[in-house]
Amino acid sequence: MIAVDLLRTLTVGALLERWPYADGFFADRGLELGDDRDVAVTAAAGAALGDLAEFLTEMESFLSGEELTVNSIAVIGGRNKSGDDEPVRELNVTVGEVVCIVGPTGSGKSRLLADIEWVARGDTPTGRRVLIDGVEGDERWRTSGDRKLVAQLSQNMNFVMDMGVGDFLALHAESRRADDIDGKVQRIWNEANSLAGEPFALDTPVTSLSGGQSRALMIADTAVLSTSPVVLIDEIENAGIDRQKALDVLVGQDKIVLMATHDPILALMGDRRVVINNGGMVKVVEPSTAERANLDELRALDARLMGLRHRLRMGERLDEI
Amino acid sequence: MKFVTVSGPPSSGKTSVILKTLEHVRAKGRSVGVVKFDCLSTFDDDLYRAQGIPVRKGLSGALCPDHYFVSNVEECVQWGLGRDLDVLVSESAGLCNRCSPYIRDILAVCVIDNLSGINTPQKIGPMLKSADIVIITKGDVVSQAEREVFATRVQRVNPKARVMHVNGITGQGSFEFSTLWDDGEEVATVEGKRLRFSMPAALCSYCLGETRIGEKYQMGNVRKIDLDTQDGLEVNADRQQSAPLTEGEDGR
Repeated sequence: MIAVDLLRTLTVGALLERWPYADGFFADRGLELGDDRDVAVTAAAGAALGDLAEFLTEMESFLSGEELTVNSIAVIGGRNKSGDDEPVRELNVTVGEVVCIVGPTGSGKSRLLADIEWVARGDTPTGRRVLIDGVEGDERWRTSGDRKLVAQLSQNMNFVMDMGVGDFLALHAESRRADDIDGKVQRIWNEANSLAGEPFALDTPVTSLSGGQSRALMIADTAVLSTSPVVLIDEIENAGIDRQKALDVLVGQDKIVLMATHDPILALMGDRRVVINNGGMVKVVEPSTAERANLDELRALDARLMGLRHRLRMGERLDEI
Repeated sequence: MKFVTVSGPPSSGKTSVILKTLEHVRAKGRSVGVVKFDCLSTFDDDLYRAQGIPVRKGLSGALCPDHYFVSNVEECVQWGLGRDLDVLVSESAGLCNRCSPYIRDILAVCVIDNLSGINTPQKIGPMLKSADIVIITKGDVVSQAEREVFATRVQRVNPKARVMHVNGITGQGSFEFSTLWDDGEEVATVEGKRLRFSMPAALCSYCLGETRIGEKYQMGNVRKIDLDTQDGLEVNADRQQSAPLTEGEDGR
């Protein structure tokens, strides 16, 4: 608790130096701070001094603990939609792994991901339990709006802010209280450009990026700036982005990657895949040697299709493929 | 009966979130009902009725919607009790961002959406600031980065609130949200309870039906913009000049 007595000894300048976000408190209450930084905090805050102390305390606790590290999560099996025990009784995923989730539409993929996000304790419709580093997740994962276990990326997501890439990344970094904001912006931008087929500039508006560029930027940004240890991906488009590299970027930042996909190439890129049906985890499949070998063939097929696509865009005929 | 007050800007997804959440509440065998407050018209009552949920609507018409809410809330609570409801929800749109329908000791929920712009949390007053739970919607269409920036802005305005993401279309997060409704206290009446924040000061000639423009027609509680001394004042998107609130206590 930040003591009111401490605040009584400070000037506004000293206050803002230590807690730069304190100006928001004054603005929100319609209290003018003026330009004179030597004014005593007691004079500026008046009757709101107690509230200011409370505000700063809450903000400090909210902003602390950013360095939470998670090494593994485990999903302890519950029930499927029929109320029967799901066949997979335990799914363990450790940092650096990519686990794919496959299953028909409506099979319960979203519920599994929601169980993980809510750090289920047997208190969701599936009765599953989610353990973080072997222990039941504590309340903090559920209560904080800012510190979430799961970051999400999906094909349907867009950038909606009217800003250039650089400003946008700086804004995100600032809201994460990141240090070396310029360095982080550069790093994300470089990383995103190495993933995207066509490069973009730092002053390109985020809303005018192509699908592949947007996804590349979202992935690089999530890898570097998001504090969520688990990244959940709902497909990655098959154009304008190097998907293998994208996964490598995330895994390289010590993320646990869960990917819902129907794409055979993505599914085979994973270390394992969980099959979901009727609301339950049915089995866990590890890619076989034959599957791994087929991945190369699938990639060659894919490259061929992309080549045709390119020719089409260039105005060519496809009489010969 | 549990009583939950839900408010939020127009089109933020209040009705969708309430409908999805009530599915889980009803699955536990609890009876639910809704009172919908709006200004001029609403069709949301049809949506509740289609789900077989008892609903009443109140349209404030020419009256200030928040004054209208507080003048009717006790009767609404008695309506819910009379129907033996386990859970009553009030839904109201915060139209001028100056009010909140929240009552002390009654679970207060603000619904706000990711598409409304990152400065919106600062523009919304007591409706966001004095809520117990803030539900952020439409997270499925914006980037992770924007969700994080938005949630941080919300938390900065209301550090005490529990901030959750709920998708009003798929219902993702609504089960989790519904578990928090059990925490609210049992209510037999709200008579004598107090609003968390005072309603706006009003009563000028326009409140009473005046339509003509000009100083000589303005009587009562009138305040003028200071147009002369604002030069050089930094009024940018980040540091909006805040309008002074009238005496209101953020009583929590």
